Formats: sequence, C-alpha cells, structure tokens
Amino acid sequence: MDYTILVGGAAGQGIETVVLLLEKTIKRSGYNVFTYKNYMSMVRGGHNFMQVRFSDKPNSTFSTKVDMIFAMTAETVDFHIGNLKENGLVILDDELHKDQDFMHLSLQKIAKGIGNPKVAPTIGFGAIGKYFGLDFEIARKALEETFKGKVLQLNMEALEKGYGLTETVVPLERKEDTKIIMNGNQALALGAIAAGVKYYCGYPMTPSTSVMSYISEKSKEMGIVVDQIEDEVGALNMALGASYAGTRAMTGSSGGGFALMVEALSLAGILEQPVVVVNAQRPGPATGLSTRTEQADLRFVIHAGHGEFPKMVISLRNPQDAFYQTARAFNIAEKYQIPVIIMTEEYLTDYMMTMDPLDFSKVTIERNIVEAIEDSKERYKRYKYTESGVSPRLIPGKSKGVEILVDSHEHDEYGNIDESIETRINMMKKRMNKLEELKEELLEPDQLGVENPDILLVGFGATHGALLDAVTRLNEDGLSVGALVYGDIWPFPTKLINKLGKGAKKIITVEQNMTGQLESLILEKTRLEIFDRILKYDGRPINGDEIISNLNTILEG
Amino acid sequence: MTCEYNLYDPSWCPGCGNYMIRTALKQALEELEIPPHMAVIVTGIGQAAKMPHYIGANGFNGLHGRALPPAIGIKLSNKDLTVIAESGDGDTYGEGGNHFIHTIRRNVNIAHFVHDNQIYGLTKGQGSPTTAMGQVTTLQYDGVKVEPVKPLALSLTMGAGFVARGFSGDIPQLVELMKEAILYKGYAHLDIFQPCVVWNKVNTFQWYKDRVYKLSEDYDQTDFNAAYEKALEFGDKIPTGILYKVEKETYEDRFQFIKDGPPLVDAELNPFDAEKLMKDFY
Amino acid sequence: MNYSILIGGAAGQGMDTLAQLLTKTLKRYGYFVFKHSDYMSRVRGGHNFIQIRFSDKQVRTYEDKVDIIYALNKETIDLHSERLKEGGIVLVDKAVSDDENLLLLDLEETAKEAGNKRAMTSVGMGAIIKLLGLEPDVALNVIGSTLRDSIVDVNKEAFSKGYEMVGSRFGLKQEKDEKILIDGNTAVAMGAAAAGCRYYCGYPMTPSTTVLSNMEKWSQELGIFTEQVEDEIAALNMALGASYAGVRAMTGSSGGGIALMSEALSLAGIIETPVVIINVQRPGPATGLPTRTEQADLRFAIHSGHGEFPKMVISLRSPEDAFYQTARAFNIAEKYQIPVILLSDQYLADGELTIEPFDFSKIEIERNLYEDELPAGRYKRYELTDTGISPRIIPGKVEDKLILVDSDEHDEYGNITESAQMRTSMVDKRSKKGELLEGEVEEPWLIGDENPDNLLVCWGSLFGQVNEVVEILQEEGHSVGALVYGDIYPFPTRLLKENAATAKSIIDIENNSAAQLDGLMREFALIKSDHKILKYDGRAFSVDELYNRLKEVVE
Repeated sequence: MDYTILVGGAAGQGIETVVLLLEKTIKRSGYNVFTYKNYMSMVRGGHNFMQVRFSDKPNSTFSTKVDMIFAMTAETVDFHIGNLKENGLVILDDELHKDQDFMHLSLQKIAKGIGNPKVAPTIGFGAIGKYFGLDFEIARKALEETFKGKVLQLNMEALEKGYGLTETVVPLERKEDTKIIMNGNQALALGAIAAGVKYYCGYPMTPSTSVMSYISEKSKEMGIVVDQIEDEVGALNMALGASYAGTRAMTGSSGGGFALMVEALSLAGILEQPVVVVNAQRPGPATGLSTRTEQADLRFVIHAGHGEFPKMVISLRNPQDAFYQTARAFNIAEKYQIPVIIMTEEYLTDYMMTMDPLDFSKVTIERNIVEAIEDSKERYKRYKYTESGVSPRLIPGKSKGVEILVDSHEHDEYGNIDESIETRINMMKKRMNKLEELKEELLEPDQLGVENPDILLVGFGATHGALLDAVTRLNEDGLSVGALVYGDIWPFPTKLINKLGKGAKKIITVEQNMTGQLESLILEKTRLEIFDRILKYDGRPINGDEIISNLNTILEG
Repeated sequence: MTCEYNLYDPSWCPGCGNYMIRTALKQALEELEIPPHMAVIVTGIGQAAKMPHYIGANGFNGLHGRALPPAIGIKLSNKDLTVIAESGDGDTYGEGGNHFIHTIRRNVNIAHFVHDNQIYGLTKGQGSPTTAMGQVTTLQYDGVKVEPVKPLALSLTMGAGFVARGFSGDIPQLVELMKEAILYKGYAHLDIFQPCVVWNKVNTFQWYKDRVYKLSEDYDQTDFNAAYEKALEFGDKIPTGILYKVEKETYEDRFQFIKDGPPLVDAELNPFDAEKLMKDFY
Repeated sequence: MNYSILIGGAAGQGMDTLAQLLTKTLKRYGYFVFKHSDYMSRVRGGHNFIQIRFSDKQVRTYEDKVDIIYALNKETIDLHSERLKEGGIVLVDKAVSDDENLLLLDLEETAKEAGNKRAMTSVGMGAIIKLLGLEPDVALNVIGSTLRDSIVDVNKEAFSKGYEMVGSRFGLKQEKDEKILIDGNTAVAMGAAAAGCRYYCGYPMTPSTTVLSNMEKWSQELGIFTEQVEDEIAALNMALGASYAGVRAMTGSSGGGIALMSEALSLAGIIETPVVIINVQRPGPATGLPTRTEQADLRFAIHSGHGEFPKMVISLRSPEDAFYQTARAFNIAEKYQIPVILLSDQYLADGELTIEPFDFSKIEIERNLYEDELPAGRYKRYELTDTGISPRIIPGKVEDKLILVDSDEHDEYGNITESAQMRTSMVDKRSKKGELLEGEVEEPWLIGDENPDNLLVCWGSLFGQVNEVVEILQEEGHSVGALVYGDIYPFPTRLLKENAATAKSIIDIENNSAAQLDGLMREFALIKSDHKILKYDGRAFSVDELYNRLKEVVE
C-alpha cells in the first residue's frame, strides 16, 4: 500500500504540528514515512503545505498525486484538488466549500467548544487517525511529546473528539516499528557530533540554520561551543582559528552567506587548515527564494576562492548519506589538511524520512595529528615538504619549545613569508599534490538500476531519491535504465561514468538548476557526449513521476 | 622550560615604530614567564600584522580585517593558550570594524594590540580609519573628507572592560601596559601610537612625543565618565595609560563545560557518545 | 634593435624615480619602451629590480638578458651578473664594488658635488644616456618636467656630470616620438573615464590600487566620484547603488578583495543592474604573493556568485586592449544589464610601455536607457520581453514611475514572489540575456599562421610574449599560430574548433598550475590540448623562457 495525505493552510495555522503528529503516529504503527515539506518565506499567512506519504515499502520521494487533502483553508483545496486521485478524500471544516461533496467536519465549532480555536488541526488529526484505525495510544503518546500543561490538556480533548467524528475506513495493520525518522540537517548535525565536532560557528540563514540550532541544543550535553557570529565573513575565519588550535571545527550557511566565506576558503587552502563548511543550497541569485530548493551552486563551490588550492566537495544524497558523509568529511579534512565543503539542498534539509537506525560503529575518528614532542631540538616545520604533500601536523601548546606558524602569504616550510621562485613552485606542487592523493580515496557515484543500461541518467545530491524511484519503476516496466548519482563530486570521479557512459546509448543528466552544471563537469572531465537533459529550476523538488514523464518526452521526441 | 622569545629579521623600514612594539612585546611575555609554545599571536594583514614572523611564538597570520574571529576560535578551543590579536589601525578599525564591535560584546579573554600609525603603511600611504580629517595622503589628494574613528571611545561605549593607550616611544610604559592587558581576564583593548616614518609626515615621533602624557597615579581606572573624557581627549594633549579597567565575566566562562572542564581541544572523542541522541528520532 | 637596462637595489634607494625618468626619456627619444618591475612586498629593504627594454619595434615583454646593469647595491651584482649579454656593462658606484671588470664610477661623490648625494641616481642616468650615445637635451627636459621644482636643478647638474664621466658605447640614433607611455591600470582607468564612468569606489589592494588612484586624480577634472571605502563588500554594493541611480559605476580589487565581492556579484545578477568590476590578478591563494603575477582566477571569476545569472568575463591582453575593452565593458553591462568582470594581472597592470595614442573617436557611449514613452500604469522594471532585456529607466527621471529592484526572486514589478511559474519565467528571462550575449562575444585574436600545425592557445596578458615568440618561430620555419582569448566568458569556440581541426599539436600556455583555459576548451568544445606550458612561480614569462619551452614541443 502507498498513501499520501496532503495537509495545507496558512503559516501559523498549526500545519507543521499536525504533520509531525501524523508522521510519528503512522511511523510508530510500523510504516515507512516520507514527508515532503513546502514552505513560503513568511511567518504568518501565505500558503504552506506538506505531504505525508506512507507505505509498507521504503519511499525515497514524494508522490505527485495524493489520496487525501486535509485543508485548513479554502484555497488549499483550490491549489491542490488537481492532484487528488480519483477516489481521493478532502477533509475540511464545514464552513469551507460548503457546496462540495467533501468530508466536512465541524472543526472550528468543536475547537471553540473545547476552549481554543487553535486546537482545530488536532481534531482533524484525530479524525484522520480514526479513519486509518491508528492506535489511539500511539497518537496520544505523540501528543504528549509535542505539547505540555494546559495546552496538552486541550489538545488531548481535541484528539478524543476527533477520533469520535469518523469511522475506520482504511484500516492499517499495526506492525513492528524499528526505524528512526529524521531530516537531512538533523542527520548532518548528528554526523558532525559523532565525528567529534567541538566548535560550530555560523550565522542564521535558511536552510542551514537548523544544523546550528540542533548542535546548539546539544551543546551543553556534548560539550560543543556554538557561536552565532556577527557575520559569515567572521564565521569561517573563526572556525579556522579553532581548527588551528586543534578542535574539529565547522561552519555553514546558504548561498549568499557562503559567498561571504569565499575569501576565507582560499585562506584555508594556503594555511592547509582542516575545516568543514556546509552550503545548504537554495535558489539564488542573491536572496532568491529563501525557503525553496535548488542545486545551482555546484560550479560556484568547486571554484570558490581565488588562486588554486585543493578542496573537496561532497553533495549529500539523503539523510543517511548526510550522517556518514559528514562524519567522513572531518577525517578527510584532517588527513589532507584541506577544506571540505558539504553541499546539501533545502529539499533534503527539510524532508523527513524513516530509515534504519544509524550505525555509529561505522564512524571512526582519525585526527592525523602527530604525537606531541617532548623537547624539540629543531624548529618545527608546519609546512614540511613530504612525498604526499601532507605535512606532519602539531597543535599549539602541546609541545614544549615548538612554535607553530601558519600564514596566508606564500611561505616557506616554517611558515615564514617567502617570495622566491623556488619556494613558490615547491609549495604549489606540494599543495596540489594533496589533491592527487585525495583522488585515490574518492567514492564513485552511487549506481542505481540495471548493470549496463542503454539509458544512463546522471545526477547528484538530493535528486537521489527521485532517481531511485524512477529507475526502479522503469526497470519494472522492462526499460534498460540506470542512474549514477554523485556524492563525492570534486575532485570529480570518472571511472564509473566512463565505463557506463561508453556502453550507454544515451546519457541524460537530471539536475535542479538551469545551466546544467553537472553536465559541464562531465564534459570537461570526460568529454562524453550528453544526449539530453532534464532541468528543473522553479524552486520545487523533482520527484520520480516528473523524471519519468520528462524522460518519456525525450525518448519520444 | 625557557621563556625566551626568539627574534627574526623583519622587513620593516628602519625607524618604524613596530620595532619598539616588538621589543616591548618580547619583554612583556618574558617577564610574565609565558613559554613561547603557549603564546599565539593572531594577525590580519599589514606591516603590524607581520609580527608572528618576527617573534618566536605560535602565529596565525590570516586575512585582512579578520584577526579577531580566529583569535576567538583559538581561545575558546584552548583556554590555556595566551592569545594576542595584533594588527594595524586599518585592519582593526576599518576592514575588521564589524568584528571589533562584536568581539567586545563577547568579552573573550584575549589581549588586542592595535598598532595605530594613522595611515596605511603596507599599501603605501592611503588614509586609514584614524587619519585626521583634511590630511592629504597618497590617495586622498584633496585631503581626507571623513571624520576619524575614535577607537577608545568606541570600545568604551561597547562596554570593554579594559581600555588603554600606549606609545611606541615609551617602551617601559608599553611593557607594563602589555602585561596588564595580557593578565586582564577578558578582552583588553590597547591602542598603541607609532610613527610611520615613510608615509605619515604629520603624526611623526615628535608629534606624538609633544602630545602624550601619562595618566596620573591617582587616576581612577574604574570611573567610566572619566575614562570617556580621556578617550575623547585628542588635541594638544593625549593621555596614555590604562583609561578603564573593571572586572567582567568572560565569554568562555559562560560555557559551563569550558569553564569547569579541560580545554576543548583535550576532550575525548568517541562516536558512541553521540548515539544516545538518536533516541529522539524513534 | 633591442636593448635592455636593469636597475637593481633595495627598496628606498630611488630606483622607481630613476626608472620613471629613464623610461620617459627613452620614449621621447623615439623608442618603443617596455618597463617591467619586480618588487617585493615591503616598503624598505629587500631586493627589487626594474628592467627597461627599448627597441625600434613594438615591444610588450622583457628579455632575460640585458645590456646594462646599473647596480645600486652589491646584491644586484650577485643576483643578475649572469644575465649580461656579450659586451654588456655593469655600472656601479666605486663605494659598492672594486671589481675591475665592472664600470666603476664615483657616482655618490659626484652627486655630492652637484649638491645632494640623493641625486646619485641621476648621475647614473647621465652615464647611461651617454653610454647609449644619445644627446642629453631630451633627458634634461624630462628631469625638468618630472621632478619636484626644488630638486630639479640639482638633478640636472648631477645628470650632466654623469654624462661627462663616460664615453659612448652603443651609438644609438634618435627618432620621432609620437607615442604614449602607459601601464595597464592607467589604460583601464582611462577607458573607464572615456566611457563615462563617473563613480569608482574601491579599497587599496595591490596590484589594483592604481586604477583607483588614477580615477581619484582625475576626479575633480572630469567630475568622477571616487571613494576609498571601508571594505570590498561595501565597494561593490555601493557601485550597484550608483548604477541603480543611473551613473556608470565601477569597482576593482585583486584576489581576496574580489572574493569578498562574490555575494554582491550575485546581487548584481538578480537585480539586473549593470556594473563593471576589475580583478587585477596576483598569485593566491589568500594573501599569496601580493606583488607578483598570475592568471589563476579564471574559473573563479566565471563561476563567482551563488545561483545562476548571466555575466561576462573579459581578459585584458595589452594596454590598448585594456582601454578599448574597458570602455566596451560599460556598453555591454548596460545593454544586457549584467555585471562585466575584467581580468587583468599584475604584469599587465604595472608593465609600462609605449603604444600608439588611444583613439577616443572609437569610444561610443551607449546607455541603452529607455527613452520612449512607457505604457501607463506601474513601471515594470523586470518586464518579460523577447530578448530578456527589460526597458530600463532611472529613478527620479520619469514622473510617476517608481523603480523597485529586489534581491529576492521577484515579479515584473520587482515585488517578492514565490510562484513556481514566475520563478521559471525570471530564470529563463535572465538566461536569455546570456544567450543573446553569446552573439556579441568576440572571437580570440589569431596571430601568426591560419590553420597552423602548431596551435597555441592562451589568454590575457600572455599576448605580449606569445606575439613575439610566434614571430620568431615563424622566422625559423615553423607552422605556428596562436589564439589569444580576450572575451572569455561566454566562451567563443568557432575559431578554436576551426583551427583545432587541422592542427597537429595544440599547446596551452598559461600562468597558473591547473590549466584553467584547457578546462574551458574541454567543456565547451570537447577539445583538449596536447601540451601544456604552465608557469606559476609568481613571475611572467620572458620571451626567452617561452621560446625555449616551446621549442621543446613544437613540430
């Protein structure tokens, strides 16, 4: 079974809460849940909607068509009725769209009766709970986790009333629940914490803020300094200071905030200072669409920072990936003493997905910091020439008699300013060689679908879920389709794409940007020919349905 | 354990005030018996900012205007280190102006030495945030058309707990001021006059010498209004010494685990410590 | 004919002034001159040197070997003696060296006699002019018109004494002088001023500062508002304000300063406000080598700014190119309402040479402001049109029309919108401008043979060296031609594809380590080079170095 409930209304009407309650209750009843969230950039008013999809199989994307619409406003119905399935159901207050044959409930009247109009959504939740035969106790527990005191009391009443308003029409069998549910930012933050991050500084910017707020929430418990700094320029500079002193440090932002970090990124490169930076993409340019989604910063991030220096860029594909890759990013940053940029996207930061509990035994912490020296006879060379280009790294204050000098100018092995030709060449080679070493460690893109496909779809980042869905369904229909979805994306891994690309009849890229940035990378690094492209840049995420329909259009045309 | 600081050959012009400031810095650190490996000098870009290359302590020579953020990052990560942020007036009050204001708000335990020569030296003579109105420079051919920043008044207004001014021409006094700044538990602002012998023909050594005077022995360092008056005194007479000094809680002490625990850098790291957090997601 | 003079010493010894005088003088004697400075990032001490090359033909770069070395200190002799050509001379004060093989003169003593030991370099200048066999009058005039009144007489006296101290060795003739002597940054500033730029703001950052100081110098005379702002972030934001208000505005910086402008660049893209930005490249990363040269910001410039929006990137190839292209940049910026980035580098910015005077009649100022009657009702700053370009008016000029620009995604009026449809329309609109712009992009210069066996590709200031070396190789019988990119983004590919198809070998020449132009060729034309000649030590190629490295790979 596969069911989607759309909940819609104005900001401030309690939609998020209803969705949270639905998510928890349905998941704890043993179902796989995928919640797609759609916000406007307003604190009150406007129109927001969320889709809770649940099934006995795992879901990696959201459906276009919905089975039920729970509307808090009349316009919700107007906006979304076109996507309601044939036998779909609309649930709403009896004052709205009175003339239509919908499931009208006296939400407002009953809420008033209880004593607070704000509990109306919970009444609806109760009705939906009953509709699916969800265990009342599970629903109640969800409420207790969400509300407190008097508010909880009122909402409990609302829940009971709601349960009394309908019959069970689509009974959901209660199953065992072993999973967790989280979104990409929570997973990212957790990955950082697991990897031993001790310093996070940042500036609030949607959709990166929740990484900072999650870590801040855990700051006391886990002993992590969280600093909301005065601006993004300072943020990365501060993180570099913390890293220099020996802590695992991280910062993050979105679009414009990341743009302000570009100079310091170049600094990280020449200081050879490990640091992890998150760019949670949203549509630009400039302020763009603050609460929407896009993947249009790829080239910007890859080439961010003046001059030439090694960096790694990883694009996150789903919440699990967010956890493991973020933890890995810290190891790579410290192993090669480079900045590692993690790219995520609003869509991934916000959607909730059930998954197996994360395996903390898979996370290792490899500092690559050299043993402190007891009594140093010679001056320490922070930038000692080595075969790999990676110099042995000490942290300040640990070794007697050792001074550690890092410097933003071109410098000699000790870190002192040096303008000579020889040193410049050697230092450039040293730093760029680290990139070559890193290439050995890259993970090839995730391969989906048939082994040697005729049609090869290529994407990166959060389109993973949609591609997985599309490819699975197309394979079921007998089509020879496969997909490569990039996670590690700079340096650009080329083995798999060259192998599959040469065998495929058509290579089609799927991206959420307008200029085809992944395509440009493929062209530059492999010179493979791209047959066509599917591009979506209206600020909304792409799903499996849309990929399939676009692909059909391409193949027919 | 030796507390002697090595000195290296600078690229400063002969007669530059930076030499004197370096002498004072070395003396201050040695008299305080801070081992070099426990001291970090964090700088931006400029002639003053080259200090980490010329004195043997740990050094972080970063970007123009961005000395303070890394300094904060370093101190919070290892509270046992003595962190000194050091840059010129352009770097600190201009490019780094925003960080200057907000660092004071935090009150991190660092000493901030600003080499104030009222001109841009490294880039050859343009006006700086503290250049006088009307002064002709290599860029402001017509004379500077904006009012200078008032650094001490600014830090006082922002609530800094230690505000002082020194002069490169009085090394003994400078040594004492630096020691006090380093020992002070919180953000210590020390603005240091120095002549730029090549680019500033107005604020010369003599110009400063004619004007500076030491605050008297019985000056009350806890009197804010007196301090503010002294901070604005910038004509024929300019006071040097500690204008203001009061105790305040530091930023790092507001993090319980930093105040009571080991330095952050020494925390034990184990992924399984985080596993308990996953329970919220069931 | 081809001569080079090297002056070397520590910073602060008077080298800059001497070089300035010599360069001007040689030019006024009728020669094509190229002055190349190599200086460290310090104000006193260290080792700096300046090379002045002069010839009867246009020169754009420096030679490895020199004819005269004027050593102001011993270090210069140690560092540069092996660069002397056969028959070359090292000129030095007796107090600095007693090596009999050098031309030892009592320079300082003579200067004292003339009235001031600081005039020592003028004594040396006198000696040099005499060695070259030129008459003293032109040189004396240059001293008179260049130095401060108070020291003119002493220096003229010193020059004359120096002139008498030696005999003529090189026997040169004087020619007619009708050229101008200029460096790349001044050419840029002049192009901007000619194009009607009336707002320039910036922050001092080597090697871009002289663009700002030139505009400052002309500020009163031409009515250009210039400002040294508090930081580079403010600089570009401010320029956008000026442009919004209707003034042609420009800003500039280098490396890290440009990096700080990334966010505002994205802003320029979405508010569709024209602006010109110059990045005078120097070696990075971060502070890197402040006084040296490199071409490593190409990809950085092309992809600067988050999100997607059209921009143009033009790399400047010579001072002439700098002048005309800067002026053109303003027209393009206003026609398409986009930001235009000019890429120069320290070598071009500081290299001073003689060139034909600029032809100001070639400059046209095309504002592309909407002059016709607007439809009634609210003004649509972002009207959706066929071309993607909306009619642009400036605030306060048209009664009843208000102009709203906004950094959020917006509708035609400039108001915030989140509609998926409008978002798509606006992205398409802006991208259409980019497509149209492709039609305006100029192909690279093709130097040397057409459809050559050896196809060289390069961009920006490498024009100087490549131009000279191609000629030499042609004379030796090689089939060689070079494409020198100026307009570089959008990336023109027609000439590249045509010539690559028949070439036996494609050789990429760049001043960076990652071969960024090569990456562009692969991406946009699926062409890769066979050989790469890369230099990233902070110095520009000399003719000799480029020639030697090319000889290793040309067919």
